[in-house]
Amino acid sequence: MVSLLDIIGPVMVGPSSSHTAGACRLGLLAKGLVGGTPQSALLELHGSFARTGEGHGTDKALVAGLLGFLPDDERIRTAIQIAEKEGLDYRFEKTSLSDSAHPNTVRMTLERGDLTAILVGCSLGAGRVLVTEIDGYPVEISGNFHTIALVAEDRKGSIARITRILADHDINIATLRLTRKQRGGDAFMVIECDDSPGEAVRDELRALEWVRWARRLDKVSGA
Amino acid sequence: MYRSLLDAIRDAEAGGMTLSQVALKLESEDQGKSIESIRAHLARALEIMRGAIGDGMTGDLRSASGLVGGDAAKLRTGPDGPLANTPFRDILARALAVQEVNAAMGVIVAAPTAGGAGTLPAVLTGLGKSHGLSDEKLIDGLATAGLIGAVIAERASLSGAEGGCQAETGAGAAMAAGAATEMLGGSPTQVGHAVALTMQGMLGLVCDPLGGLVELPCVYRNATGAAIAMAGIEMAMAGITFAIPCDEVIDVMGEIGREMDVRYRETAGGGLAATPTGRKLAKERLYQIRRS
Repeated sequence: MVSLLDIIGPVMVGPSSSHTAGACRLGLLAKGLVGGTPQSALLELHGSFARTGEGHGTDKALVAGLLGFLPDDERIRTAIQIAEKEGLDYRFEKTSLSDSAHPNTVRMTLERGDLTAILVGCSLGAGRVLVTEIDGYPVEISGNFHTIALVAEDRKGSIARITRILADHDINIATLRLTRKQRGGDAFMVIECDDSPGEAVRDELRALEWVRWARRLDKVSGA
Repeated sequence: MYRSLLDAIRDAEAGGMTLSQVALKLESEDQGKSIESIRAHLARALEIMRGAIGDGMTGDLRSASGLVGGDAAKLRTGPDGPLANTPFRDILARALAVQEVNAAMGVIVAAPTAGGAGTLPAVLTGLGKSHGLSDEKLIDGLATAGLIGAVIAERASLSGAEGGCQAETGAGAAMAAGAATEMLGGSPTQVGHAVALTMQGMLGLVCDPLGGLVELPCVYRNATGAAIAMAGIEMAMAGITFAIPCDEVIDVMGEIGREMDVRYRETAGGGLAATPTGRKLAKERLYQIRRS
């Protein structure tokens, strides 16, 4: 559902809503997956991101997002220099993903401490983004909500336990999607919430012995 | 938000409302937010738009590559043309100003996108000034523009990489034309015709920025987009109707965008970007950016 405020916005540092603001938001979402600014990041650019990203500041904006800067933060202009100062070891490569990949797609491989994550996301225009893949699992995360991503053993009653924890913390669920690669294999769950789940929620989810990992992705767009 | 502008027009006409009123009502229901809070968000957007126009008018800004900057100021202080001392010339200057700020990595409102961010604020604030319209009226205009943009996003595209420049400055011009027509007292039906009359003039427009930079021709396209929007507003206010309904004009923009060769969709592979001079300038300027 398109919001009127998505169209009259975002307020952002130029020059391109898809290549600058959208790229920044993808960086912000990826940062959440490893719980903070990564120590190393491989950023593989596909399509128009690869061909025209440099002139649009896509490199600066992706790195700015990984540093936690919002799309209207004027520090985006100098994000590359700031990253070098803060010890974020980034590397850009041009790549060619599948023909069906959106023209503005990036694959980010991140490391922070012992956490690693691979995220594929695209910038849809007007600053709207979509994360399409996390660690090989197909997902659809818009960043318009506070999002929890988790991987759990595929077992009965897992959704009930998880939604109970959210209800106990007075968090309303906007969308919930469950995918798995095979029966009895790991299940990947994406929960988009109206309310921000605190670290207590994440920690309770992590404490379930059948949850392999659980991460929070900040809301990065929407009213 | 609505997926059809005709549905919104029907609801507005049936309820004796403006399009901004039906848009704000539905947005409030969709998002669970009060109309006042949505208007406050739009008021902030208006403030940022005015800030960008002010910054761009000074003539001091240059883009990273140095390809654009300083031209808004020329329309303010340069020699007269046939539009001297008209709101039209002021609106062209405002459109250039926003885009020059954008190209210099300044803060703008992407409405609908950053590359097409100049037309809407130029037309709205320019007519606001020349016609003495209140900020509340301009905020109504932004709501109507948001409705039109949302319909275009659903039915076609707002991305130059997907649909060419018609999806960015074309959408911006259509949004500006519809919004201004409402602000000047046009009926919802006239708003629909203003959108159709404007968008028909933007159909097929390719996205061909030199070196892929949102600079040239993007800065100037926002000014010419504003000019086409002004033509659409003038025709619709005069009672001219366009035989193809606005939704269908938007649909065909999407169709043309999907059929457009990838060279003409922001990849700098065709159009002005691929002219001998375009290639030469891009090579020189990109080299300069890498060194800076």
